[in-house]
Amino acid sequence: MIKFDQVSKTYPGGQQALQQVDFHIEPGEMAFLTGHSGAGKSTILKLTSLMERPSVGNVLINGHNLNDIKLSQVPYIRRDIGMIFQSHQLLMDKTVFDNVALPSVIEGYSRKQIQKRVSAALDMVGLLHKIHQLPLALSGGEQQRVGIARAIVNRPPLLLADEPTGNLDPKLSMEIMQLFEDFNQAGVCVFIATHDLGLIARMKYRTLTLKEGRMIDDGLAEADNPMMDLHDPNAAPVTKLPPKYTL
Amino acid sequence: MSLLFSGRTGNTKNRRVGFVQRVLMGVINHIRQALASLGELWRSPLATIMTIGVLGLSITLPSTLYLMVKNTENVTAGWENAGEISLYLQANTTAKQAQQLLSAVTAMNDKIDNARLISPDFALEEFEVLSGLGDSLAYLDANPLPYVLLITPKPEYLRPQAARRLLSELEQQSIVDFGKLDIEWLEKLYAIVSIAKDIVWIIAILLCVSVVLIIGNTIRLNILSQREAIAVMKLVGATDNFIRFPFLYTGFWYGILGGFLAWMLVAFLLWWIQSGVAKLAGLYQTTFTISGLDGTALGVILIISVALGLIGSLISVQKHIKEIEPS
Repeated sequence: MIKFDQVSKTYPGGQQALQQVDFHIEPGEMAFLTGHSGAGKSTILKLTSLMERPSVGNVLINGHNLNDIKLSQVPYIRRDIGMIFQSHQLLMDKTVFDNVALPSVIEGYSRKQIQKRVSAALDMVGLLHKIHQLPLALSGGEQQRVGIARAIVNRPPLLLADEPTGNLDPKLSMEIMQLFEDFNQAGVCVFIATHDLGLIARMKYRTLTLKEGRMIDDGLAEADNPMMDLHDPNAAPVTKLPPKYTL
Repeated sequence: MSLLFSGRTGNTKNRRVGFVQRVLMGVINHIRQALASLGELWRSPLATIMTIGVLGLSITLPSTLYLMVKNTENVTAGWENAGEISLYLQANTTAKQAQQLLSAVTAMNDKIDNARLISPDFALEEFEVLSGLGDSLAYLDANPLPYVLLITPKPEYLRPQAARRLLSELEQQSIVDFGKLDIEWLEKLYAIVSIAKDIVWIIAILLCVSVVLIIGNTIRLNILSQREAIAVMKLVGATDNFIRFPFLYTGFWYGILGGFLAWMLVAFLLWWIQSGVAKLAGLYQTTFTISGLDGTALGVILIISVALGLIGSLISVQKHIKEIEPS
């Protein structure tokens, strides 16, 4: 699903963010990306969502080389990727409904379809009752879940999350992670950058570790780790998820 | 449309919408965006009024001047023909010579309809009455005015070219000092009007350019104030066009509203000037109403102001929306 092939990134000014990073995340996989601040986590997510372009090497999504994507095609690529941010990037002067509806509006769905999709997405994150409120009236955890609802409203095959639990207490963090697990069970590829090592340890998923721009552990060496076997990618979808949620 | 996942859009039933419905949705979307832009303007009334005021006033000035020039042309258009030829005779001409010339000219009745001789005494008397100089003319030692022959050509010699030929023929007469077509002052007026027209054009172009710049700057500020929202929209896959349209509609509304304001102002100014014009026309024993502010004028003003609004916003939008990228 996501494949980095000898990717290096040097920012203007000479700062080397990534050096020859190589990894591959399979379709339907859920994986964590970890490392200290400045190790290059955000750069990897930015390269995947075409907010940045690699200096050297190739980034591929679903076998398509992102280097071949023209500037005018970038918006269409981003519609296939649900993105979640630590700062949730909500429009504070718009209601929860308008925020979550934005990707569907951009896609050009009809009013009725948009309403259906937004309700379904908010239902999944448990915020349907706050649909007409402004984000400012919500708690940090709720704002983050609105951001998640917006990311999944168009049912993208790939979810990227950048420190989604950065500002949340452990209990809320766990709830958010469970949401991601649910999406993953439904077949969505989920890739989460976080430095919350405690959370990662509890979740037992593949973990890629970056250090100073280099991939020091791509998580595959632990394949014989018994904890990894607990996660069965073919497990039946959890009942909490509406059966409608298809790709 | 999905570039990365070919099966993605095909699978969902919802995406299989007919062409007609897609076009309809597009139209509805545009109307929605246009109304949303109008609502946005409504929410910041002071800024909106100021921008519309600039646009309206900038269009009012050249429009009013243009209409006045146009009306001046209308007034003079009826006088395109040379009504009369004045032949000024030499100063030492005697009454007898003048009479002889009069009968000679009257004899050219294939070209001339009618000829009249004005003696210096009569001319002085008339001048005294019309100029109001009255007594001061009494200080003149001698009457400085010459004999004048006023000739009305036949209709076929009224056209400027033919009248000029007739004039040069008449000027051949020995005692004629010089002749004058009464078309000449008209030509001078035309020259003045054409300069006035050029000035109107220059003012119009300068003001239009400044309007484009002002609208462009206003839209630029709008874009910058929504920088974060634009970045978020780009993050979730909005194309530049999607982001662009609301700002273009804002420019469009500025244009429409500014155009209406300009039209009302022009109407008001013309109404104001009208009473003065009527008084002036009264002095010439005619009536005259300023014309030209009709439906066409409104249409032209609206088209120009909408075009200016759109050009201004387009320039800004092209430049600034590309610059904003999520980071």
